[in-house]
Amino acid sequence: MSPHLSEETRARAVELLGLYPHPRSALIPICHLAQEQDGWLTPEAMAEIAELVGLSPAEVLGTASFYDMLHTEPVGRYLVSVCTNIACMLRGAYELLGHAEEHLGVRSGGTTADGVFTLEEAECLADCGRAPVCQVNHRFFGDLTESSFDSLVDDLRSGRLDDVVPPHGTLVRVRRRGGLRVDDETVAVERARTAKAMAERAAQSGGAS
Amino acid sequence: MADPTVTSHHGIAPRSEPGATVQLTIDGVGVTAPAGQFLIAAAEDAGVFVPRFCYHPRMKPVGMCRMCLVEVSGPRGATLQPACYVPVAEGMEVVTTSEKVRKAQDGVLEFLLVNHPLDCPVCDKGGECPLQDQTLAYGPGESRFVEEKRHWAKPISLSELVLLDRERCIQCGRCVRFAAEIAGEAQIDFLSRGDAVEVNVFEDHAFSSYFSGNTVQICPVGALTAAPYRFTARPWDLDQVESTCTTCAFGCRVAVQSSANRVTRLLGIDTDPVNQSWLCDKGRFAYEAVNSGDRLTEPLLRRSRDGDLEPATWAEALAEVARRLSAVRDAQGPDAIGVIGGARLSNEDAYAWTKLAKGVLGTDNVDAQLGDGLPAELVLGLPRATVDEACRASCVVTLSGDLREELPVLFLRLRGAADAGQTRLVELCHRSGPLSALTAASVVVRPGELAGAVEALVAGPGAAPATLDAGALGAARAALSAAGEGGEGVVVVLGRPSLAEHETVVANAALALAAALPGARFLPALRRGNVMGALEMGMAPGLLPGRVRLEDGGEALAAAWGAVPAARGRDTAGMLRALAAGEMRALVLVGADVLGDFPDRRLAADALGAAELVVAVDTFLSSSSAHADVVLPAAGPHERSGSTTNVESRVTRLGQKLVAPGQSWPDWMVASELAARLGGDLGATSVGELWDEAERLAPSLAGCTRAVLDSDAGRDGVVVPLRRAGVGLPSLRPSRRIDPIATPGIEAVERQGAPPRAGLAERVGGDEAPGAPAGRTAAPPPASVGLPTGFAGPEVAPASPGSLRLVTARRLYDDGALVEASESLTALAGPAVALLHPDELRRAGVAEGGRLRLRSGRGELLVDAVADPGVPPGVVQVPFNLDGGDGSGASALVDAGAAVTDVTVEAP
Repeated sequence: MSPHLSEETRARAVELLGLYPHPRSALIPICHLAQEQDGWLTPEAMAEIAELVGLSPAEVLGTASFYDMLHTEPVGRYLVSVCTNIACMLRGAYELLGHAEEHLGVRSGGTTADGVFTLEEAECLADCGRAPVCQVNHRFFGDLTESSFDSLVDDLRSGRLDDVVPPHGTLVRVRRRGGLRVDDETVAVERARTAKAMAERAAQSGGAS
Repeated sequence: MADPTVTSHHGIAPRSEPGATVQLTIDGVGVTAPAGQFLIAAAEDAGVFVPRFCYHPRMKPVGMCRMCLVEVSGPRGATLQPACYVPVAEGMEVVTTSEKVRKAQDGVLEFLLVNHPLDCPVCDKGGECPLQDQTLAYGPGESRFVEEKRHWAKPISLSELVLLDRERCIQCGRCVRFAAEIAGEAQIDFLSRGDAVEVNVFEDHAFSSYFSGNTVQICPVGALTAAPYRFTARPWDLDQVESTCTTCAFGCRVAVQSSANRVTRLLGIDTDPVNQSWLCDKGRFAYEAVNSGDRLTEPLLRRSRDGDLEPATWAEALAEVARRLSAVRDAQGPDAIGVIGGARLSNEDAYAWTKLAKGVLGTDNVDAQLGDGLPAELVLGLPRATVDEACRASCVVTLSGDLREELPVLFLRLRGAADAGQTRLVELCHRSGPLSALTAASVVVRPGELAGAVEALVAGPGAAPATLDAGALGAARAALSAAGEGGEGVVVVLGRPSLAEHETVVANAALALAAALPGARFLPALRRGNVMGALEMGMAPGLLPGRVRLEDGGEALAAAWGAVPAARGRDTAGMLRALAAGEMRALVLVGADVLGDFPDRRLAADALGAAELVVAVDTFLSSSSAHADVVLPAAGPHERSGSTTNVESRVTRLGQKLVAPGQSWPDWMVASELAARLGGDLGATSVGELWDEAERLAPSLAGCTRAVLDSDAGRDGVVVPLRRAGVGLPSLRPSRRIDPIATPGIEAVERQGAPPRAGLAERVGGDEAPGAPAGRTAAPPPASVGLPTGFAGPEVAPASPGSLRLVTARRLYDDGALVEASESLTALAGPAVALLHPDELRRAGVAEGGRLRLRSGRGELLVDAVADPGVPPGVVQVPFNLDGGDGSGASALVDAGAAVTDVTVEAP
C-alpha cells in the first residue's frame, strides 16, 4: 500500500514528532498537516497518522472527531466560518449567517453542490474589533455586511483572492519551526499605530466632555 | 509519611515502602489500609460499599463517572472527592453517607439518566444492571428532564460478536479502557464530543479483538451486548455453577449460566492467580458447540466393512468394541492397540482411560497429545513455574507460538506484567507478534536454527548464526543476565513455535536452556484443553499417573491395578506410523481428531485407512470419527463434574450444569463399562472415587484431596504437587471477592440461588481445614520424572536451494470442531493464507493476493499469498488447521518424520 500522505507532509510530520517527548503529542498538529493536504482527514490519512504517532486509527478518529477544526468529512475548497459569538451576534451575525445560507444555497454545516464552499457557524474567532467576522480557510474577513459577504464570495469564486486565501485552510503554526518571530520594524510600526489611535480617542473624549 | 508523586495521567499514587500502611477513618470507624490503595478499595475492604460505574478493580482508575464521590476531610475542610481516584492517606477522615454525598450521588445519577433510555423491560441488562441497582439505592426518585432524549440507530455491530446500543451508554469508558489498557488493541474509542459522544470503531474496521466479549461483561449498562446472548434469557431465570473453561489449557475460572438445559452464557470469574476476570472470546462463546444440534447423541456402529455408521444401543456398541479389541489383543498382543487423545477429558476421565488402557488392555500406546505438543517427560520433568511466578519473574523467555492465538489469557497476563514493568520479556519466535512491542528483545529465529539461537543466547558473545539479528540477541542476553546468576529469576514459557518443526527440536532447545540456566523454571504453553491433567494421569507413553516413569513405578502400581504394560509404548506419531505399516491394528480415539489436528495429514489418513478397528469416543462426528467403526457419544464441557488441570498444574473443579444430550456418557463411564466387558474392573463407580484413587496412587497429587478442592482455600484451585501435604495451599480466607459491579452477571444470578460452587454434588465433609487426610502421613515429595539428557529425533537437514522453510502454527479460530459448531465463531475462522517476505513473493513470480502453490515431499497446497516483511526471507508461514480454499490446509505439507519441512513455491 503506497502512503497516502505526500512525501513533504510526511517529512514535516516526522519533524513535528521530534518536537515532543511523546509521539502522540504531535497528533493534532499532524492532523492539521494532513488536512492541509486534502482539506479534510481522509480515513487513509488517519490510518497513516495512527501509524506515525503509535496510536490506533480509532484513537486518531476519536481525537479528530472531538475538535471542530478537524474535519472527518469532506469540506469544500473554501471553509467559510461565520462567528456567532456575542460581539458578532450583537453586530448582526445571525442575520449575516442567514444571508450566507441563502446566498450559497446551503445550510450551516453544508457544502455547495460544486464543492467550492462549506459554510459553518463558529464560536469566537478572536477578531471582535471587526465584528461581524468570518474566516475563510483561517484567513479573517471583518466588518462584514450582506453585500460585502456577497462580493467576498464572488472574489473567492473568481480566484481574485487566491494569493490571500490558501487552499484547504493552511494553519501557519503547523509549519513554524520555532517560536513566533516578529521583526522589530513591524513591532515599531504597530506600536506607533496603537499610540496614535489611543491619542486620537483621548482627544475626542476630551473634546466631548 | 509518603510523599505523593504523580505517576501517570491515571492519578496520583503515593510512593511508599512496600508493606507500608496508613490509618484513616471511614464513616467513623478506624481502618488500616496499605499505602497507595485507592479509597474505594480500602472502603470495600472495610465493608463499606461506595457506588461506582467507571471504576473496575482490574483497571487503572480514571474518575470519569463521579458516582463514587465521598466526603474527605483535609486541610481545606470537607470536600467531595472521587473515591476511585484518591489514595488513602494518614489521618484521612472519610464519610460516605453524609447529606452532601447523598446529594452528589443523586445528582450524578440524574445526569446519567438524562440521556439513558428507560427501556429496562426490553434491555438485556435488566435485573443485573448496576445503573438500575444503584439508581434504586442512591438515586433520585424521578427526573426533571422532560426534553427529548438522544436517539441513535440501534444496535450497531462493533463486530460479529459485540453489539452496541449507543443511547444506553453512560460514557464510563470501561470498554474503551479495557481495549487499550488490558487487551492492548484500541480498536474502539470515544468519538465526537458533548451529547454526541459515542463509542465506536474506526470507519469499517471491526472490533476484532479476541477479548471483545470482556467489554460486554464489564459494561455497567446494557449498551454492549453479546450477539449469542442478546434476547435469549433474563438473568433471574438463570442458574449457574462455578467451573473452569477447558477450551485451552490456561484454565480460566468461569460462571456457567444456563436455562432449560442449555448454556446461555459464560462469565469470567475474578480468580487472582489465573484469569483475573478476563476470558477470550473463544472460551466465552464456544458454549454454542455444547448446545449444538450436531452433537452426537447415540452410539453409532458400522455393521459391515463398507456400510454406513448406524445408530446402535450402548450395549451393542460396547459389546462390539470389547469383542474386536479382545480379538486384536488375543491375535497380536496388547501392543497392537493404541489410544490417542485425552485433552478433552477431565482428570478423572483421564485416570479411568489410563487405567483401562495400561491396566486392563495392557498397552502403553497411549498419548494425549497429537504430535502438536512436547514430549511428556520434558513437560513433567522441567522445574515448573506458576503463572504468577512468570508475571513476577525478572525475565520471561517465550519460546512458543503466538500466545494470543494459543493461550489468549496467558497472553493478557504476560502483556499486563510486561506493560507494568514487572517483568522483561525475551521472545524467541518465527515472526514478531503482538507481544513484541513490549519485549526487551524479540529474536526472530528461522525454522531449524533454534538450537543455534538458544546456544547463542546462553553462551555469551561468540559465534551466533548469521541469520540472527545481533542487536536483538544482545538485548536478549542483557535481559537474561540482568535477571540473575544461572537463570535465577528466569521463567521460560515453553510451547511449540511451529508444528512443521519436530517436537524434539524444541525439546532439545529447552533442555539446553535448562542446562545453561539451572535456576530457570518453565511454564508449559501446551494449548489443548486438559492436556496437562491427561499427562499428570499418565496418558503418555512410558508414564504412569503422578509423573512416574513406567520403569520406576510400574511394580508399585501393578499391585493396585493388577498389571501394567511391560515396556514403553509409542507416541501418537509412532502409533500412526505403526498403524499405517500394519504393525498395529486397532486405534481408540478419545476426543481426538487426528485428521484435523495431527500435523501430518497424510500419515493420519494412511493410519486410519489401514487400521482394522477404529473406535471414536467423541462429542461430534469429526472428520476422523467419521472413519471409525464404532462411535461412542461423550458428555462435553459443563455436562460433567470432576476436575481439570491447567498449564501451571493448578487443579480446579469442573461444575456440571447440564445433562448430557441424548444417550451420551461421561468418558470415565465409557472406560469403566469397556473395562468390565474386557474382563477388568476400574474399581470406581463415581467421579469422586476415581479422584480418591488417583490422589492415593499418583505421587504428584498426594494431599490434593476432594476436601481440599472443595474447601474455600481450594476454590481457585490448587497447584500440584503440594510441596508437603497441606502446605502450599492458600489460606482459608475466601481467596476472592466478587465485586458486584465488576462482574454484574455473576453477583446478580448468585443472589437468586445458592452460591455457584462446583463439586458440591460430591462434597465430602464440611469446610474442614485442608491438610493431610486422617490416617495418612504426609506424602513424600513426589519423584520427578527426571529429565532425559536428550531427545532422539531427526536431524535438521540443510535447506535445498530454491525451497522455503515452512512454519505453521495455531490460530484461535480454526476449522476445529469447537469453532465449527459455534455458530457465532465459525465466520471468524478466516481462510488460510501464505505469508512470505515480499522478495520471496517476487521471486516466485506471484502478485500480492494471488494464488500460490506450495509443494513439499508430502503433498501440495493452494493458497492465497500475502506479502509480509515481518517474515524472514527463506520462510513461508501458513496457519494450521485452516482451509486454504480447496479443502486442505498446512497439514497437507508437513512431514511428521522430518526435523523441518521444506516447500517449494510457484504460481499455480
